[in-house]
Amino acid sequence: MSAVIDDHGHADHAHGPAKGLMRWVLTTNHKDIGTLYLWFAFCMFLLGGSFAMVIRAELFQPGLQIVEPAFFNQMTTMHGLVMVFGAVMPAFVGLANWMIPLMIGAPDMALPRMNNFSFWLLPAAFLLLVSTLFTAGGGPNFGWTFYAPLSTTYAPESVTYFIFAIHLMGISSIMGAINVIATILNLRAPGMTLMKMPLFVWTWLITAFLLIAVMPVLAGCVTMMLMDIHFGTSFFSAAGGGDPVLFQHVFWFFGHPEVYIMILPAFGAVSQIIPTFSRKPLFGYTSMVYATASIAFLSFIVWAHHMFVVGIPLVGELFFMYATMLIAVPTGVKVFNWASTMWQGSMTFETPMLFAVAFVILFSIGGFSGLMLAIAPADFQYQDTYFVVAHFHYVLVPGAIFGIFASAYYWLPKWTGHMYDETLGKLHFWLSFVGMNLTFFPMHFVGLAGMPRRIPDYNLQFADFNMVSSIGGFMFGATQIFFLFIVIKTIRGGPPAPAKPWDGAEGLEWSVPSPAPYHTFTTPPEVK
Amino acid sequence: MADSISMKKLVTRLLGVVVAMFVFGFALVPIYDVMCKAFGINGKTAGQYEGEQTVDTSRQVRVQFLSTNNIDMPWDFYPKHDELTANPGAVNEMIFIARNPTDKPMSAQAVPSIAPSTAAAYFHKTECFCFTQQVLQPGQQIEMPVRFIVDRDMPKDVKHLTLSYTLFDITARHPPVAVNTGG
Ligand code: HEM
Ligand SMILES: [Cu+2]
Repeated sequence: MSAVIDDHGHADHAHGPAKGLMRWVLTTNHKDIGTLYLWFAFCMFLLGGSFAMVIRAELFQPGLQIVEPAFFNQMTTMHGLVMVFGAVMPAFVGLANWMIPLMIGAPDMALPRMNNFSFWLLPAAFLLLVSTLFTAGGGPNFGWTFYAPLSTTYAPESVTYFIFAIHLMGISSIMGAINVIATILNLRAPGMTLMKMPLFVWTWLITAFLLIAVMPVLAGCVTMMLMDIHFGTSFFSAAGGGDPVLFQHVFWFFGHPEVYIMILPAFGAVSQIIPTFSRKPLFGYTSMVYATASIAFLSFIVWAHHMFVVGIPLVGELFFMYATMLIAVPTGVKVFNWASTMWQGSMTFETPMLFAVAFVILFSIGGFSGLMLAIAPADFQYQDTYFVVAHFHYVLVPGAIFGIFASAYYWLPKWTGHMYDETLGKLHFWLSFVGMNLTFFPMHFVGLAGMPRRIPDYNLQFADFNMVSSIGGFMFGATQIFFLFIVIKTIRGGPPAPAKPWDGAEGLEWSVPSPAPYHTFTTPPEVK
Repeated sequence: MADSISMKKLVTRLLGVVVAMFVFGFALVPIYDVMCKAFGINGKTAGQYEGEQTVDTSRQVRVQFLSTNNIDMPWDFYPKHDELTANPGAVNEMIFIARNPTDKPMSAQAVPSIAPSTAAAYFHKTECFCFTQQVLQPGQQIEMPVRFIVDRDMPKDVKHLTLSYTLFDITARHPPVAVNTGG
């Protein structure tokens, strides 16, 4: 094992990073790679966001105004794919790269060269994916869930590039996950037992296991598509004896754990931030660990709640309905623990805390709409309406994305050595908060009233709510440019940050100076 | 860490999990088929039935017939009658008509499905045009029989069955070579 980490043997050359562009291309430093991941994720966030702006502009008023329906379909598809695989997942991997070694007292990630490779696969994958938008037949238009036969028999030519891009992203995530597991299991500082690990490390460990369990299934799924399209097999083609419903089973066997892959690291981050700004230790640490593990386990046995209307038998409907509702129990434990941590704490509301508290409240709204969707007979009505869109945006935007924002503000002083501008940070929070609620709350109503998702036009009765959603959407979108400004401003200057800028913070990452030196913990710290 | 296993071993094990899960993805295909058969859940009917049953004259079941063309399938395709009344155990027959109105020879595959799906296991086809592929020359029309037995043991609460066929154009996959009117 030491052969692997001693790669950049620190004895004989300088400690600083190499100079110029090649520093970033060839780097094996976990902080550099974390930074690359975070910037990449932010670029994808803006790209996926601009697709969303096209969608909201078209839906601003009923009727077809701005784009062709065919292009609208490509926008909904690419928005979903870019946000899930390009923005949220890489942002969490970036946070993992930066923070896990600092939090467990490791000098670097366990497999630094693989780390470099898994990052650089991502720009390649997304170049491939996004380039399909410029091909004659257009890019993927079958939704981020790419149900067969839409994505096989009736797919545009570019589907092959899409499949290849998914393969690359999958390989990247799998390598990233292996790296995280290897780092956490093998490189902890002496005394850092599993049950002393910060929760962010715990949730990432569990996420990494989810990743290596389901990303290969996704790879299998797109491989079957590839074979159906090019090699004459009939996995998903009824004409040849296959079954399109099988596609949905395979996809959601990946897809449901995937939604937890996107939220568990945010759970972890919030579990770091809330105790800091409540100036109390996290309430129920052990139960948090077990709750996370049970959520991960349960996520494997609920996938068919996405398929209540495909005609599964009654016992199936019941099983998946109750299993899904069961997930609300460990999730409830978490929300309870966060609330108890805040209870009677001496709380202050710096920007990371604002995002974290909003996370707890708004994520719970998403959990409740999830419970409504879990009721099979009710879902017959909700399926494929804007209610589902409202649900998953409430768990993903104030869930995953706010979790990432909270982490970014929380650790920016450690990354840059400067304090961000608190007033601007708070402004970013409030604009995001108002913008996202304006965008997604009305979707509950239009969804319950029956507005279908993924359609560029709608009935007149939905006009007012959609206009509100669009205005909120533009507001949220513009606000993120403002976030970019805040981050750049912080990198370039600002009050110098002490090693521990938050008086209530705990953990090894605050024992190194800010900005964190290029190499940290080359001699492992002693953990009591 | 003293208690940690070597990096090589750990990474090999994790890669093992990855490979196993990739294989598992493909294993879902046969698992799905087995589950569907075992529980009779997706309305798929079994292959040719060889058995015989005595007729239960005390009970009658309404059997309806549906025909659907998959997207872009230009054939005319319909049953001679919309429905019939069957006694469990007896052999019934319905004729489906197919015509190729285009000016090219084409091949087609019909895929059957039973609703309610729980009854699929009790619906036995002794003969069906869906067991083979159909090849029709331009303008050709054929009559295609399906013969079936509704099982005597079918749950009593099922009084009404629907047999539905979807006709797929498989010309690209199985170019029509021989002139064969199917059966
Ligand atoms: C208490 C927890 C949750 C429950 C009970 C729940 C339940 C459901 C159900 C039943 C559906 C299917 C709705 C339909 O298609 O008709 C659904 C969709 C969805 N959920 Fe959740 N969910 C929960 C938490 C989450 C979380 C934490 C995330 C992600 C961070 C998430 C992301 C999604 C997504 C992305 C979809 C839609 C997928 C699509 O069709 O495009 N859910 N949820
Ligand atoms: Cu789900």
